[in-house]
Amino acid sequence: MTTAAITVRTRAVPAAAKRPGLPGTLRSELTKILSVRSTYWTLLAFMAASIGWAVLDCAGIASHGHGPGFNAAEASLTGQVALGELIIVVLGALVITSEYSTGMIRTSLAVMPRRGVLYASKAITFAAVTLALALITSFVDFFVGQAILSGKHYSTTLGAPGVLRAVLLSAAIVTVFGLFAYGAGAIIRNTAGAISAILGFIFLIPLLAQALPNAWFADLQRWLPGGGALEPIARSAPPIDGHLFSAWGEFAVFSGYAAVLLAVGAWLFIRRDA
Amino acid sequence: MIEARGLSKRYGDKLAVDDLSFTVRPGRVTGFLGPNGAGKTTTMRMILGLDRPTAGSVTVNGQPFAELYSAMREVGALLDAKAVHGGRSAYNHLLCLAETNSIPRSRVDEVIGIVGLEDVARKRSKGFSLGMSQRLGIAAALLGDPDVLMFDEPVNGLDPEGIRWIRLLMRSLAAEGRTVFVSSHLMSEMENTADHLIVIGRGKLIADCPMAEFTADGTALATTVKTPDDQQLAKTVTAAGGRLERGEADQEFTVRGLSAEQVGALARDHGILLYYLAPARMSLEEAFMELTADSVEYQAKTGAQK
Repeated sequence: MTTAAITVRTRAVPAAAKRPGLPGTLRSELTKILSVRSTYWTLLAFMAASIGWAVLDCAGIASHGHGPGFNAAEASLTGQVALGELIIVVLGALVITSEYSTGMIRTSLAVMPRRGVLYASKAITFAAVTLALALITSFVDFFVGQAILSGKHYSTTLGAPGVLRAVLLSAAIVTVFGLFAYGAGAIIRNTAGAISAILGFIFLIPLLAQALPNAWFADLQRWLPGGGALEPIARSAPPIDGHLFSAWGEFAVFSGYAAVLLAVGAWLFIRRDA
Repeated sequence: MIEARGLSKRYGDKLAVDDLSFTVRPGRVTGFLGPNGAGKTTTMRMILGLDRPTAGSVTVNGQPFAELYSAMREVGALLDAKAVHGGRSAYNHLLCLAETNSIPRSRVDEVIGIVGLEDVARKRSKGFSLGMSQRLGIAAALLGDPDVLMFDEPVNGLDPEGIRWIRLLMRSLAAEGRTVFVSSHLMSEMENTADHLIVIGRGKLIADCPMAEFTADGTALATTVKTPDDQQLAKTVTAAGGRLERGEADQEFTVRGLSAEQVGALARDHGILLYYLAPARMSLEEAFMELTADSVEYQAKTGAQK
């Protein structure tokens, strides 16, 4: 490396045609998310967990028969909704907390001081990447699961009532939980802290709620992620438990949680010192 | 141009930056000096809009940072060289920054060339040495070809060659008419780099003056002499209102409070033998220490404790 003759103004950077905003920042965030290995590992783990569970679940049913309340769509999609979702939660939190753990946030804000634009770009990019992959995974879950179940003629088809909805919502709910985690990450700004908080919300609160008198729990459980409230989303038929909302109802409940966390996260992201 | 007016930042009950007003002008290197904990980084963070001032304001080219039309084209900053995602390659790191402001890919390659990172551009920055990280940070600052450049302790942990490289770079950036604002807690680093100094201590402005003026203050009034007759000289100097201090070498002393001319005349009048006599230019380091002595946050207790 030479120390002499440092020339910097070899060519000027072309002037900005318009004020840098969402389009450029979205491109930047896509580069960011696709240029670190953790993204690929996480997404691979998500696919493996979702599809793996679908295979095991369906193979079990195919060999031992099914119990009451069996739903073919649910058998192939439960893994994604219950387990795959947890992995996406990690990615959603990481997208924002890694900016803080590495200190990158200061560089990011120094090039894009419009904080709302940066916050939205990160969320949109993460959601788009996740939704695209989750949709693919949903369909794979479904077709692999049904192929296994078809041996016993338990299988259903995409054209059957509620099936396509279950496949699509299973991908969407995973993305919603990811955004929920993104909001929590923006609030807590620490990877371990954010993930603990989310897991607490998903597992601990429903567990504590079960200690409540049965009647109370029955009324409460449709509002909680554990305790079976995610089940209707993966089912093509109405929920077995009459206390739960329908698939769309439960989806709306969890979207509501995500919206609240995203909004609080945005408010803090814009207001707080970075 | 960077302009701070009454800039203050309070963290809890600690006032990190206290009513700071200064102007950093283009075409020269402005050194931003102060002991560790003086508030230099906090000030820079406020310039970049990362921290919100408790009071006062700071503008870059006349506007608050967040309102600049294209931030990267106006300001390039290196705050912390290690503040990158280590899992990302140097190229992708620069690319994702460039994309926010629609800066073409060709410029990414260009700045990689300027800082000499071609060979490692595709490697993950996790394995970079501090020197390489500093170069990456400087490349990022240069991406938008900005008029204002800000570096926080850029030579920290660099080898002499790296220090020389950064010094030349800063000088050439200023020579191109840019505003260059560089912080350091070591005076010696500024000695050959800065044209102008802004010195702070405990968040307060201590000095804002051209480099030459900063060192000139003490220059005339310190004189180095070598004499075998130090007792007689001490007596004479003290009587004349000066003070004699033991120097580093044997028989070497520093006379303070009197000019070299006065010391020479005193020696002749009292028949004191001097082997040599020279005006001691107070080093930047000493001037700095003198200025900031009261404002060092954590001062080591000197002297034996019994």
